[in-house]
Amino acid sequence: MEILIQVIVTGLATGGLYGLIALGFVLIYKATSVLNLAMGEFMTLGAFVCFTALTQLKAPFYLSLILTLAAAVVLGILVERLILRPLIGEPIISAIMVTIGLGVILKGLIYMVWTPTFRNFPEIFPPEPLNLNFAVVPSGLWWGFFFAIIGMTIFLLIFKFSRTGVAMRAVASDQQAALSMGISVRWVFALAWCFGAMASVIGGIVIGNISGISVYMGDIGLKVLAVIILGGLDSIGGAILGGFIIGILENLTGLYIDPLIGGGAKNVAPFFILVFILMIRPYGLFGKRIIERV
Amino acid sequence: MRCGDFKETYIKDEEIFQSLFVKFWLGLFFVFLMVFPFVASAYLLYIANMIGFAIIGAIGLNLLTGFTGQISLGHAAFVGVGAYTSAILVTRLGFSFWLSVPCAGLVAALAGLIIGIPSLRVKGLYLCIATLASQFIFEFIFIHWESMTNGITGIHIPPPRIGGFEFMTERSFYWITLFFVVLGVGYARNLIRTRMGRAFVAIRDRDLSAEIIGINLFRYKLSAFAISSFYAGVAGALWVTFLKVVTPDHFPFILSIQYLAMIIVGGLGSILGSIFGAVFITLAPELLNYLSEVVKQFAPGNEEIFVPMKEVIFGLLIVLFLIFEPRGLAEIWNRIKNFFRLWPFSY
Repeated sequence: MEILIQVIVTGLATGGLYGLIALGFVLIYKATSVLNLAMGEFMTLGAFVCFTALTQLKAPFYLSLILTLAAAVVLGILVERLILRPLIGEPIISAIMVTIGLGVILKGLIYMVWTPTFRNFPEIFPPEPLNLNFAVVPSGLWWGFFFAIIGMTIFLLIFKFSRTGVAMRAVASDQQAALSMGISVRWVFALAWCFGAMASVIGGIVIGNISGISVYMGDIGLKVLAVIILGGLDSIGGAILGGFIIGILENLTGLYIDPLIGGGAKNVAPFFILVFILMIRPYGLFGKRIIERV
Repeated sequence: MRCGDFKETYIKDEEIFQSLFVKFWLGLFFVFLMVFPFVASAYLLYIANMIGFAIIGAIGLNLLTGFTGQISLGHAAFVGVGAYTSAILVTRLGFSFWLSVPCAGLVAALAGLIIGIPSLRVKGLYLCIATLASQFIFEFIFIHWESMTNGITGIHIPPPRIGGFEFMTERSFYWITLFFVVLGVGYARNLIRTRMGRAFVAIRDRDLSAEIIGINLFRYKLSAFAISSFYAGVAGALWVTFLKVVTPDHFPFILSIQYLAMIIVGGLGSILGSIFGAVFITLAPELLNYLSEVVKQFAPGNEEIFVPMKEVIFGLLIVLFLIFEPRGLAEIWNRIKNFFRLWPFSY
């Protein structure tokens, strides 16, 4: 029983991180209807930039974080301008494939610049684990959860209340109408990519802090696809709730099914869940139902 | 179009070998393919075999993605299913290689049918995610179904044989590859002229309209998945028999991307394009290997940079072709042909 609670708490904390990265996907998808399959590589890049700032430049953590966020903004704008903009109006298949190509390029470049060695992140959070009496949360997970929640809250507040957020929502619901109301759709597209990239680099830093960084950490980005499909591709709330659900389910699989088949099930569980959801409820828990039976 | 080349019937327009000129050059090319193994080195023949497997796989993916418009990010999984089927049939049940290849195709086709089922409910983005998930699920199965696949140690495969002759070398295997490539290309080229092929294109262009003019989407979408996976399965079976070993490492996600790169670079919705793409993408890393050798000689210590270069180049090719030449090498080839056909009076 204790193990079960412990696993659920761990799952919740992991789920918070998934939610944050899923938020990155959703922000971009909502505004531009592009699913950015290079999200995992954005994450890796963020983690490596922060790592370099911390170790090479010996910058304090808050400065490294700001630097990384700035890098994310630059990355987001560059990708949007150079790669996605020429493809506006092309079939959706092109936009998906181009992000896959982008992911492969980024992965290769990261490999070239930072080499594939596995590294431990310097300690940025106090190492004491959080003791909840009924369960213990390791320091990395706890702080990661904390960061994820703060990140989510900020994005949610921006989206709900600020002028920019309203503009983004307007573009998401109807581009033509938004244009005619004087909203710069180009600017919103660029902004969506920046926000998406920022969410994913924060996720990258936190995950790097928990389990170390290497070129291959970007694979988590693909796992998060299960989260956004579960929550609904265009639902922010869904992304967050989906993150928690997938996080818990994944850890439960690790607890109960891994011993039966000798490991590995934990990592593939999200994909099984993903296929299952696509079969029964493709628009997810809170996604907009576009019923198109062909 | 060539001057004086008038087509009077639809059948004439759909002919595969359109003119004497084409027949002549194709004939010459075929003669070249027949002579090639007698003059080429083992290394060249190794590459030729690799290109052959890539062509079969790429045509399969192009039938699904280029012609039917169903994105698949899990092509490597079907290649893997075919490869493992063939390996298991040959080593456990004592099937001959020749029987195991069509069986591999059939089992892969079955897997394709199962993965294709979501395509009836979801499309575009969702289908792409579903196939991506299947890639990881199959990878997981290859590694963890140890009683069948031997896990990460893999399975060793004996070389194929006819009577007392064993196809041990690259040179002898070339004939097997050539046989299957010709068969595969010929079938695909004919398929796209039939009702089924045109139904595929109709589904790609507008699925609703296709349904309305009487194309059974259920049947044709699943057929596309099955045929595509059949090709992938055959490619996989040939490939691992050639390598003489199969492990789960042979079918990573990057292989699926590599196949996608082939059809994008070659040209979506073009059989010729699949061939161009397969040749191009197979040769690119070899060229890089060569380059890294050169660099090693002149500036030793810098050659590690070429390791990830392969992936960067695949990615770059995908992105650049999608942005600048979405119809791929096949379109460039057409343009070159037309230029010379009309030269010097192009107007």
